[in-house]
Amino acid sequence: MPEKTGRTENRPANDTVTFTLNGALRGARMCAPIAASGFAIGLVFGVLARQAGLGAGEATLMSALVFAGAAQFVVMGLWASPVPVATVVLATLIVNLRHLLMGAALAPYFTGLSRLKAYGSAFFMADENWALAMGEFGKGRQDAAFLIGGGLIMCASWTTSTLIGGSLGNAISDPARWGLDFAFTAVFLALLCGMWRGRRDLLPWIVAAAVAVAAERWLPGQWYILLGGLAGSLAGVARRAA
Amino acid sequence: MRPEWQTIIAILLMTLATYATRVGGLWLASRLPLSGRVEAWLGYIPGAILVSLVAPVVVSGGLVEALAALAVVAVALKTGNLLASMLTGVGAVLILRTVIG
Repeated sequence: MPEKTGRTENRPANDTVTFTLNGALRGARMCAPIAASGFAIGLVFGVLARQAGLGAGEATLMSALVFAGAAQFVVMGLWASPVPVATVVLATLIVNLRHLLMGAALAPYFTGLSRLKAYGSAFFMADENWALAMGEFGKGRQDAAFLIGGGLIMCASWTTSTLIGGSLGNAISDPARWGLDFAFTAVFLALLCGMWRGRRDLLPWIVAAAVAVAAERWLPGQWYILLGGLAGSLAGVARRAA
Repeated sequence: MRPEWQTIIAILLMTLATYATRVGGLWLASRLPLSGRVEAWLGYIPGAILVSLVAPVVVSGGLVEALAALAVVAVALKTGNLLASMLTGVGAVLILRTVIG
């Protein structure tokens, strides 16, 4: 692999972690293409939310505060009148459980920062800006503001597009027709190429893939992300200990 | 449409639930003693999560997704450029879906 794709050496050095405006701007810049793809998905969410019975304002409020695409789509499938509040909240919690694991991976870089910076950044942690941030940190560019910079531009795009989709209400074509549904997969794949640290990653990645594929096939919802991530990372540690 | 109070409550509770998952892992892991083993485990998480996100799409998605994934990996390894990789993936899927259906 060429050197420019970088290496993820998990060597968090708290004393070298910074939190600067430049870091946030870099995060925003690097997440901008993803935010653009997210815009198309947000339009669709807005339309779906209207069809499910939410007002455009309510859908927009949800996108701004919850800011979790997968959970919001799942919840729209459950929406009814009156709103099944307990079901909706439980579904949200389950779909977002993968965040626990993602947040844990951030900890070595955020523990040296103030609570406001750490827990404020976490509010804007989504799959994509988290993945990009982990890639950055792994290459030694340890500016923790990267996460919130990327998160803010993604949240702005997601919220705006929800409002537009919810206001238009129809005439939005299926993003799959334009290949946009594959944008996130492509980003994750490209990031993976830079995260390969050598043979020690082989077993954890195979285990993660096998568990995720099986879980996606046989379990409902989004359990496959959490289960694959847990199984793969634990396999890595187990092999190391053996 | 007038906002309904159940809707607002549901949205606020969804916000709380989501934020709890976003800070929960960070909060817990910040309190773990960073032994070699914990640190190694945290280091394995990003790759394992990303593999879990893409594997079902690539493996169960069909020929189009598998071919597009190959194209993305080729561009990513060659250029190391995230935007180029993303555009390759979207373009490949768009073309392949038109050709293969």
